[in-house]
Amino acid sequence: MPTKPAGTLYRGREGMWSWVGHRITGVVIFFFLLVHVLDTSLVRVSPEAYTAVIGAYKNPLMALGETGLVAAIVFHAFNGLRIIAVDFWKKGAKYQRQMLWAVLALWVVTMLAFSIRHLSLSLGGH
Amino acid sequence: MTATIESPRSGRIAPQYRRSGGSRGNFEMIAWLFMRLSGVVLVVLIFGHLFVNLMVGEGIHAIDFGFVAGKWADPFWQFWDLAMLWLAMLHGTNGVRTIINDYAEKTSTRRWLKTVLYAAAVVIILLGTLVIFTFNPCPVVNGVALPGGFCPA
Repeated sequence: MPTKPAGTLYRGREGMWSWVGHRITGVVIFFFLLVHVLDTSLVRVSPEAYTAVIGAYKNPLMALGETGLVAAIVFHAFNGLRIIAVDFWKKGAKYQRQMLWAVLALWVVTMLAFSIRHLSLSLGGH
Repeated sequence: MTATIESPRSGRIAPQYRRSGGSRGNFEMIAWLFMRLSGVVLVVLIFGHLFVNLMVGEGIHAIDFGFVAGKWADPFWQFWDLAMLWLAMLHGTNGVRTIINDYAEKTSTRRWLKTVLYAAAVVIILLGTLVIFTFNPCPVVNGVALPGGFCPA
């Protein structure tokens, strides 16, 4: 009994989606890095200029943005270590799928710890 | 009668099929290796950066001019931030270069995007390096020295 073709769009599993995630988070981090070097460079202009601009990072909306940025960094970091393991570890390719789930588990734990600390510091008090 | 059979392919690969020794040398292999080596170092540098700046003490509320001045009064943090700047910018620029090569199909589009990318990378790396090394943690504003524990009285 022939089944209906499932379509031609390639939907790879863990391997492809981790690759997509790595690209997107990489680009996001890169553009933030450009901005971050520019805002830090204001220390060379004047203390007031720097303190004024850095003040923009200290509101509740930005606290969420920073948490999102750190989420991207932590995923990119852990998945990057997984890519290195896939490339250099003999059994890396065999266990790439399990390693992605380990990456995601570590990511959740790290982000829980970071979010609790960062959001309570930036949203609470002050 | 004996016939000598040449070893298959060895040394006889037509130039256009060679994977190294071309005009670009083994640049792509070096770039691939650099992504992995710099990646490991960046995990340490950036996690340390985030921990010290956001997780310790008052976190983000402690960051102001004096915070940066206090860190860069110490050569340890100057070197830390310099290494982070260079490695992150080269790692990120190479990553975006790969993405441009993957998605920009027209040769002229690729060339333009990469020109803009390299120009931005050079400006940011030079600017950041200059700021780290020419930064004065104890500026005198309107004739008044800014207070800071690390500044001479």
